[in-house]
Amino acid sequence: MTGMARDTPTGDLRLANLTRRFGTLTAVDDLSLTIAQGSFFALLGASGCGKTTTLRMIAGLDEPTSGQVLLGDRDIGRLRPYQRPVNTVFQSYALFPHLTVFENVAFGLRRRGIRPVDAEVNRMLSLVQLDGYGPRRPAQLSGGQQQRVALIRALVNRPQVLLLDEPLGALDLTLRRQMQIELKRIQTEVGITFVHVTHDQEEAMTMADTVAVMNAGGIEQLGAPADIYEFPATAFVANFLGRSNLLAAEAGGTSGGDVAVTAHGTRFSVPAGRSRADHGPVHLGVRPEKLNLVGSADQVPVGHQHVTGVVTDASYLGVSTQYLLRTGWGTELSVFAANTGTSARVAVGSEAVAYWDPRHAFLLPRDAVDTDPTASAPNEPVGASS
Amino acid sequence: MTLLAPTGPGQPPPAPPAARSGSRRLLPYLLVLPGVAWLLVFFGVPLGQLAAASLYDPSGSLSTGYAMTWAVGNYADVLQAYWPQFLRSFGYAALALLLALLLGYPLAYAIAQKAGRWKNLLLVCVVAPMFTSFLVRTLAWKTILSDNGVLVGLLRDVHLLAPDGRLLATPFAVVLGLTYTFLPFLVLPLYASLERLDRRLLEAASDLYASPVRAFRRVTLPLSMPGLVAGALLFFIPASGDYINAELLGTPNEYMVGNVVDSAFLVRLDYPQGAALSVLLMVAILAMVFGWLRGAGTEAVR
Repeated sequence: MTGMARDTPTGDLRLANLTRRFGTLTAVDDLSLTIAQGSFFALLGASGCGKTTTLRMIAGLDEPTSGQVLLGDRDIGRLRPYQRPVNTVFQSYALFPHLTVFENVAFGLRRRGIRPVDAEVNRMLSLVQLDGYGPRRPAQLSGGQQQRVALIRALVNRPQVLLLDEPLGALDLTLRRQMQIELKRIQTEVGITFVHVTHDQEEAMTMADTVAVMNAGGIEQLGAPADIYEFPATAFVANFLGRSNLLAAEAGGTSGGDVAVTAHGTRFSVPAGRSRADHGPVHLGVRPEKLNLVGSADQVPVGHQHVTGVVTDASYLGVSTQYLLRTGWGTELSVFAANTGTSARVAVGSEAVAYWDPRHAFLLPRDAVDTDPTASAPNEPVGASS
Repeated sequence: MTLLAPTGPGQPPPAPPAARSGSRRLLPYLLVLPGVAWLLVFFGVPLGQLAAASLYDPSGSLSTGYAMTWAVGNYADVLQAYWPQFLRSFGYAALALLLALLLGYPLAYAIAQKAGRWKNLLLVCVVAPMFTSFLVRTLAWKTILSDNGVLVGLLRDVHLLAPDGRLLATPFAVVLGLTYTFLPFLVLPLYASLERLDRRLLEAASDLYASPVRAFRRVTLPLSMPGLVAGALLFFIPASGDYINAELLGTPNEYMVGNVVDSAFLVRLDYPQGAALSVLLMVAILAMVFGWLRGAGTEAVR
């Protein structure tokens, strides 16, 4: 194995017009993307959105129908997987059952003729607190331990890019949170580009510097987790990354830095800087935690906007209470009220007013045929398989 | 052991429905009883008899009767007289096994990993020859390899065979016959092992810098070891005891232990000798199998 990894200059990973078709199905559609060297990048999307296919094309396990995979100035898109300075942590871990943990980790080093391997393998084992586990077989380890072996088996090769294919999916919640922090720590330590595929938005937001939300083979939005969350680009993103209340509305142009909107006969306004459309059909969006509930309209602070409705449901979640407020025109808004202990809880069946600061709202373009998306908002994708 | 099948779960239990706990505890034993009895009567007893016969006084005969003289010397005698046949048996069987591995491994691999929807059809093709008697199949080989046959003519024409060269009645023909006869016994267990092979492991190997050849050596081959060992045993044991192939495709120069046993019992009517040869063959095979399993590590045969 020559011409690999360490000696070649590293650089950004670039996908250029990458397309992959399976028969008539287009899994990845003309995808272009630049992943900065040393960053922790997350490809976030529901199952079937093409994120795993994208990852497999970077690894070389799947061949693009067209397009390029560039690492620095080098096109690696047509190289065999074993010729690429890229390693993968597989969703199923894919540990070799006939080899010990030590030999699993040493596999890549041995194939490249690097020896001795002992020091390097043992250093990696202690990096993930598995000292002394070398002689065991993978079947003798717990799920979390297997996951860590899969991680260092890839990491020990010091690839230019480490690909992670939902590696935490099989772990229980506590372990998953722990590993998320661990992964982030390791990435900062080794400084390798991580590309992490996941359907878990919380996982993506916890770890990644940059998140790309994928849908139907393309990228819906790309940016820092907070930017995407605070100002989503599309209705899909608004509901996939966290939840949003989206009101179907008509925008009536900009005046004085604000876009005037009419939804179900009520007039609202949104700052122009938070509007992705200023006329025609739009979604007026507000995150549930940005809504506040009060008993009557005269309690709404100055400069805030509000809608009136009836509380149809209240779920007490400990840190917060989650209300459903049915508006006069039948839309249900969800409201998260933090349990700070300062405001009284609102009883189900009582009339209430939800208000928000217009600077927290956002406007998204809407297809005229779109129905109100809050009516059929997708549930949190956590736990869905891909 | 297939004889256990008729008394299997399909059969109503012999005890009445209101059985007491005592007869319920006996039920499993009752179920294995017919099989054990069968083995005892038709395998255990004859085996004991065979072992006894191998120690009879060799000067006796069928007409005058045999005396039990604990003639351990029979073993030394047959070994001295027939060691070439012993060596030939294991040599031919080993050669045939090697050939069968070269043919059978790629075949099993292709069926298990690459055949897709043709998988079942191909498996049937592997087993199909067994639907006819192996005697008929061996006779067919005799025709194919015969001196006046098309194959020999062709090989002579292209000078792969001397003008007076032949295929039939050569060690080659016997090894070929053995390879052909027992190939399915090797392929089926191998197929079962390779079919279970997780393709994602090969992807992982490829991702970890293993070229296809290295991935095969480091992942596919070790993981197919259980099937390989089982198949090799199922091939080697009957192949080394076979005598039909040497009889029909070879000459006395190619005779194996099986042929000697055959002639001792049925032609020369020398029962002590035939029995001693049989016991020796059995012990030799058992010793080899155990030695191999110990060497290969019992872990491989899960």
